[in-house]
Amino acid sequence: MITRRRLEYELVKHVVGPATLRFDTLRGELKRRKKKPRPDSPFGPPLEAAHKLKELMSLHYLAGRYADGAVPVAWVTSGFPVEFLRPFGFHAVYPENHAALCSAQKQVPELASAAEAEGYATDLCSYARCDLGSAFTGKTPVGRLPKPDLLCCCTNICQTLLYWYRALATHFNVPLVLIDPPFVYGKAKPHHHQYILDQMEELLAEAARVSRKQVSLAELVEVMHLAREGTALWGECLDASRNRPAPWTGFDGFVHIGPIVALRGTKECNAYYRLLRDELHDRVKKGIGGIKNERHRLMWDNLPIWYGLRELSTLLAERGFNFVCTSYTNAWAEGGALVDPSQPMASMARAYSHVLLNQDLKNRLSVLERLARTYEVEGAVLHSDRSCKPYSVGQIDLKDRLQKALGIRVLLFEADHADPRAYAKEPAENRLTAFLESFA
Amino acid sequence: MGIDVGSTTTKGVLLGDDGALLECVLEPTAPRIDEQSREVVARLKQKGGELPVGATGYGRKRVPTARAVTEITCHAKGAFFRLKRQGLLVDIGGQDTKVIHLGAQGDVQDFSMNDKCAAGTGRFLEVILGRLNVPLAEVSAYAARAPRVVSISSTCTVFAESEVVSLIAEGEPVEGIVKGLHASLASRVRAQAGTLSPSAEIFMSGGVALNQAMVAALAQAMGRAITVLPEPQLIGALGAALSVAG
Repeated sequence: MITRRRLEYELVKHVVGPATLRFDTLRGELKRRKKKPRPDSPFGPPLEAAHKLKELMSLHYLAGRYADGAVPVAWVTSGFPVEFLRPFGFHAVYPENHAALCSAQKQVPELASAAEAEGYATDLCSYARCDLGSAFTGKTPVGRLPKPDLLCCCTNICQTLLYWYRALATHFNVPLVLIDPPFVYGKAKPHHHQYILDQMEELLAEAARVSRKQVSLAELVEVMHLAREGTALWGECLDASRNRPAPWTGFDGFVHIGPIVALRGTKECNAYYRLLRDELHDRVKKGIGGIKNERHRLMWDNLPIWYGLRELSTLLAERGFNFVCTSYTNAWAEGGALVDPSQPMASMARAYSHVLLNQDLKNRLSVLERLARTYEVEGAVLHSDRSCKPYSVGQIDLKDRLQKALGIRVLLFEADHADPRAYAKEPAENRLTAFLESFA
Repeated sequence: MGIDVGSTTTKGVLLGDDGALLECVLEPTAPRIDEQSREVVARLKQKGGELPVGATGYGRKRVPTARAVTEITCHAKGAFFRLKRQGLLVDIGGQDTKVIHLGAQGDVQDFSMNDKCAAGTGRFLEVILGRLNVPLAEVSAYAARAPRVVSISSTCTVFAESEVVSLIAEGEPVEGIVKGLHASLASRVRAQAGTLSPSAEIFMSGGVALNQAMVAALAQAMGRAITVLPEPQLIGALGAALSVAG
C-alpha cells in the first residue's frame, strides 16, 4: 500500500516539482531576454544546459524534502559506490554536495560556527563543519534535508569522512556502513580488492535490511551500466576543452559536476550529460569559447573555492586565462572505465580504490602531467586547501616536479574550499594576479 | 610615471626618456589613499606633464586613472631595468616579503610570498624595534654592538613581541635581541628563497634594504653577498612606470 508520504514524494518528484521548476526556468528565460547582455563581459555566452542543470539539482533537493518516511534515505560520501543503492530505491543525499551549495550561497560561516560551538575544531574540514552545523540546527538553503535511514561512508578520499559520519550516526541514531579501501601505493594487490569486496557484500546486506527489499545481480549490473555510461559522458564533456578555445571554463565544470556526484547511476544524470556534451560539441564547431579571448590555458588542482567562483573566474577571464582542466572534475571521469559489468563486484572494488586521493604522490603527479599535456596548459594553480589536508599534502613537491617535468609555471594558492573565514581575499588575489602577469 | 602605494610608504617616480628618474616622491602612506595618490600624481605631472600612470602596491586599485600592476611584476621590472641580469630579488615590504626569481630576460620565472600574517615582513621589525625603543636610524649600530645573538623563536609578530618582553625582563641586552630579530627574519627569507633558485645571485629592493643589519643578516643566512639595488625603496614605483612606458 502506498502511504501518504510516499504519494507526496512521488508527486513532487515526477509531477509537481518538474512542472514548477520548468515554469521557473521559462520565467527566468523571459527575464533574461528582456535584459541586454553585458557587452564588456569577458565570458562567452552562457551554457543553455545550465537551465536544465538548475532544474535537475533543484528537483533533487526538492524531492528530498519529502523523501524520509516515503522511501529509504541514505546520506552518502562523494566517493561511495552509490550505484548499489539505486535498485534498493534509496534517495541519496550528498552532504559534501550540500556543503558546496551552502558555501556558494555564503551560508558556511553561520553553519560551521554552529558545529564549532559544539566543540568541533576550526581545523576540521569545512564541509564537515558546515554539514554537522546544518544537522545540529536544521538550517539549510535547500529548505530541508531528509533524515537518513542509513549512512554510507567510503574513505577513498579522506579519513575525516569516517569521523564526520560517526558524528552523524550518533546524532541521527542510524546505522553506518563503511567501505574502507586500503591506500594504494604503486599497484593494489588482489587481497586489497577482496577486502573491499567483502565490505561491499556487507553494504548490500545492510541496504536490503534497511530498505526491506532484495535486489538481483542483474539489477545491480543494470545500474552499473548507467553509472559507467554517466562517467563516460562526463568525461566527454571535459574532453571538449581540449579544443581551442575551450567551449566552457573550468569554473563551469565545477558547477556542472553536481549530477555525476549526486545522481550517478540514474537515467536523468546521463540524459543531462548527453545534452551538455552535445551543446559543448556544438560550441566547438562554432568556435564559441567559455571566455571571449582565450590567450592562456591553465590547470587547477584540488577542490574549487565555492564562495569565490564568480570573482576568481572573472579575474581570470578578464585577462584571457581559462582553467581548461582540473584534477577535481577529472576524478569523476576516470573511474568509469574501470567498471566491467561482466565482473560487477570485483571491478567496482578496483574502480573505487583507484580514485586520485587514494593513490600515492607518484600517481597524482602522473595524472596531473597527463592532464597538462592532454589539455596543452601553460601553467597550473595548485589550490593549497586550508581544510582538505589529503588533497593538499605533497603539493610543494608536485609544484616542483611539474615545473621541472613540463617547464610550466605553477602557483601554490592558499584558500579553503568552503569557509571564506579561512580565505584572505586581497593577498590571495594579489598572488594570483602576479602569477597571471608573469605570463606576459 | 609610476606610483607605489605601499602599506607603510607611498612612492612616486617620473621616468625620463633615458631612464633617469626626473622626480621622486616618498612619504608615509596616509589613511586616505585616493587623495594622497591624486596629490602625488599631480606633483609628478607638474614636472612631466600628462603621461600614463602605472600604480602598484596594496593601494594600487585606488589610484585614479592609473593602470594597476602587482608588486611582483613591478619589482621585477624595476630591478631588471637597473641591473640587467637574472637572479633572486628579495623585497621585504611592510605587509609581505617577496622573493622573485628573475629570468634572463627580466621575466618572473617564479615567486613566493610570505603567508597571510606579518611574520617575516618589515612590519615585524618595526613592531619589535618599537617595543625596544630602538630608532630605525640606529638599528645597524645596535646590531653591530651586539655581544652575541639572542635567539628569537617566535615567527609570529605578536608572539615575538611577547617573547621580546620576556627577554628584556630576563635582562638580555637590547643589542643582542636586535641582532636576533634580524637573524630570525633572515632565516624566514632563506626558507622562502630555498624553494626557488638557491644558487642565484641575490638582490634586495624595498625600504628594508637600507637597513645594513638586515642585509648583513641575510648575507649570513644565505651564505653569499647581497646586492642592494640603488634607491631600493623606489624600485616598485620604477617598475610601475616601466609597465606603462611605451
